Order: sequence, then structure tokens, then C-alpha cells
Amino acid sequence: MSPPVAPTGWSRWLVPPAALSVHLSIGQAYAWSVFKPPLESALGLSGTQSALPFQLGIVMLGLSAAFGGTLVERNGPRWAMTVALCCFSSGFLIAALGAATEQYWLIVLGYGFVGGIGLGIGYISPVSTLIKWFPDRPGMATGIAIMGFGGGALIASPWSAQMLESFGADPSGIALAFLVHGLTYAVFMSLGVLLVRVPRPDSRPTPSGPSPIEGVQVSAREAVRTPQFWCLWVVLCMNVTAGIGILEKAAPMITDFFADTETPVSVSAAAGFVALLSAANMAGRIGWSSTSDLIGRKNIYRLYLGVGALMYLLITQFGDSSKPLFIVCALVILSFYGGGFATIPAYLKDLFGTYQVGAIHGRLLTAWSTAGVLGPLIVNWVADSQEEAGKHGSGLYGLSLTIMIGLLVVGFVANELVRPVHPRHHIPAPREAADDDTVRHEQSA
Amino acid sequence: MTTPSGTSSPPSPRRRGLILFAWLWVGVPLAYGVYELVQKATQLFTG
Repeated sequence: MSPPVAPTGWSRWLVPPAALSVHLSIGQAYAWSVFKPPLESALGLSGTQSALPFQLGIVMLGLSAAFGGTLVERNGPRWAMTVALCCFSSGFLIAALGAATEQYWLIVLGYGFVGGIGLGIGYISPVSTLIKWFPDRPGMATGIAIMGFGGGALIASPWSAQMLESFGADPSGIALAFLVHGLTYAVFMSLGVLLVRVPRPDSRPTPSGPSPIEGVQVSAREAVRTPQFWCLWVVLCMNVTAGIGILEKAAPMITDFFADTETPVSVSAAAGFVALLSAANMAGRIGWSSTSDLIGRKNIYRLYLGVGALMYLLITQFGDSSKPLFIVCALVILSFYGGGFATIPAYLKDLFGTYQVGAIHGRLLTAWSTAGVLGPLIVNWVADSQEEAGKHGSGLYGLSLTIMIGLLVVGFVANELVRPVHPRHHIPAPREAADDDTVRHEQSA
Repeated sequence: MTTPSGTSSPPSPRRRGLILFAWLWVGVPLAYGVYELVQKATQLFTG
């Protein structure tokens, strides 16, 4: 399939909604927890078992983004969005069959394996195209799309819960809910498939802005051989791990911090705190990523990692003495977490150009998968060990918060080490390549 | 908006309608999600 080239008069403002239709759909993955309790009671599963489809889905997201990135670059965004639509929707349909026949392995296979491929291909599908359409504001463009991934859970969480309430939480009710999800997401994502276009190679999306193919260009294969790629890998991994440090334990953390004060936090208030963190995560994706277009990518990551470490330090030192301070610091950390995700494609574009930025982004997402394992592991292990040591209240979290500060400092240093890519990694410009060929012909002659 | 020569011009009324439709398509569900989130987040101050 050749990439769909925009006809004359095509507006670039049609591309962000195309990207959003995919990201808002696949962001449903973060609302999987809604299905856990009904599945556990209907099929007699443990908590660990009911988490399997989500975990496999995230693993498949990382793998398909890493290994499918080059295919996405070659075949274009419409192909990628079609694959994402087919995999994500049919994943739900297979899961519906699994629920209806009470074959849990089918739910794991459908939602986790097949749907997970849809997650990975869908996640990277619009990145390269958006950057090409918005060379003047790549941070804002990718911020819009990646904000959609956060927004997807906000939509799916209440929607799925209402559906399960209407259809019932028995196997047939769950099957029907999966079926409706699969069909609805297929229709919703089709807008992206129909609307997405790549700019013409000779076009300039803004009259005074840069051309989509100006500047340094590095292939995905070559990019992973550069220290810059691995510095950004560390930056993303550390930033995400630090965010997960708060996300993973948000509700118990705020409850424990203020348990011994005059104003303890209730269960419903803690749920409100978690919701507010989701809002900060989403707002950070579009807000900070757009800001990076103005102040530069390196500076914005200095902010994420440096100020993020400072926020963690404030929580460690004064968090239990002031509820507003604790909440504000946590919100800032979560906004940086979202911002880190959304700004990384534009950072990659600055370093490696637009040539295969989607594929490079796909490979970099392995940092996310690593952080997804590392973050919860550190936080839960430390919390358990502190509890065993007899600590309580805010004392339970002191060590894990200090570890998070350390990780952010490592990320900060990695960001400082990022330099422009050495010219030996650049792909030759067409003219240079032609000259090289001429020289080679002359020499052989 | 792009033309082959690389210059920009305002979108035609037909394209404007398509842009509006596309943004509503994604904007309405997102607004629903944000509304539900705000409802829940207020529990922090009222709960």
C-alpha cells in the first residue's frame, strides 16, 4: 500500500483528528481495570490472572512498535491505522467469543495478543505524519495525538462501567460489552483511516515555516547505533519510572501521608486525587509538549527531570505537613510524566529528522515497557519492605521517593549528554548520493 | 492548507465543514470523558 498523498487544498488540521480517532480508541487499554472485577467473579479468576490481557497487551505494544516501525514508515499511516483498527477491534471480538464460551485463554489471546499489536502499530501510526505536517510545531502536533492516548481511558472507563451495569457482569454480559466495544472502536477509528494523508514531498505546510524534509536525516537502523538514541532511551525510561512512582500508589499514598493529621483523606477523596492526576497527565501531554516548540526540547526535559526531582524532594521533606503542597507537587510530577511521553517524538525529529522518525519512536518505546515493569516493581517492593520494617504513614514512602529523585537525576544527566548526531550517521542527501555515484563510476572507469 | 507549489490558502467551505465534523467526531467523546473526570476529581475537595 502506498502512502496516501494529500490532494491540492487538503488542510493539515484534518490530520490531528485522524490521529486522535486512533489514540482515543487505543487509550482504552488503561481502562482495562473496569473489566477485572466482573471477569474475576464470572470466570473465577484471581487478580493476577485477570490482569494478564492488559499486561500482554502492553508487552505487545512495545514489541509491535519496536519491530513494526519500519513497516509503518514504508507503507504509510493509512496502512498502519488500518492494521491498528483490524487488530484492536478483532481483539475485542475474539475476547467476546472467549467470554461467551467462558474460555479465558481466548480473552488473553484476543485482547492481549491481537489487540496489543493494534496498540503498538496504532500508537506510532500518526507520529511521523503529524511531524511532517507540522514541521513548525512538532511538539504541539504529537502532543495532541499522545494526549488522546491518555484521554482514551477517560472515555472508556465510565463508558465500559455503564455498559457492564446495563448488560450485566455475567459471561454473556461481558461478551456483549466486548462486542459493542469492538464494533464501536472499528467505526470510530475508521475516521482516521479515511482522513489521514501525507503531505506532498514538494509541499511546505506553512508559508514561512520549514519544509517537512529539511535538515538532518538518519535512518532507524542507524539511529539505534548513536549514543543520542540511548541517552533519550534513558531519559524516557527514568521520566516514566518516576511518574509511575506516584501513579502506582497514588490513592494509598495520599491516605497514608495524612492518616495521622487532623484532616485525614477519605477513600472517595483519594479517588478524586487519582482522577486529578489523570487530568494533569493529559494536560501535560499537550501543554508541555507545545511549550517545547518555544523553549526547545533539551530545556523542556531539563524542566521535567530537574524540577521533577525538586518536586519529589519537596514531598519527601514537607509533604506530610501541607496537603496543598503535596497535591500540587504530585500534579506537577504527573504533568511532566505526560509531557515526557508527548515531547519525545519531537526530540527525535530534532536529532534524527523526519525520514524514519516513526520507526525510531517505535524502538524508543521499549524504554516505556522497561519503565512499566521497573516503576511498579520498585515502588511496591520498597513499600512492602518499609511496612515489614514497622514504618507507617509518610515513612512508608521515603525510600521510594528518594529512589525516584535518584532516577530523575540520572535522566537529567543523560539529557545533558545529548549532542547533535555525528554526520557519519546521516543519510546522504539525493544530490550528494548522485555525486558519490558519479565519483564511483569515474573511479571504476 | 497546502498546494503543490507549497503556498497556503484558507480552506474552502466544504473543507471547513469536514474539519468541523472531524473535530466534533473526536471532541464530543473526549468532552464526555473530561466531564466524567471532573465529576470524580471534585470528590477530592468534597469527599
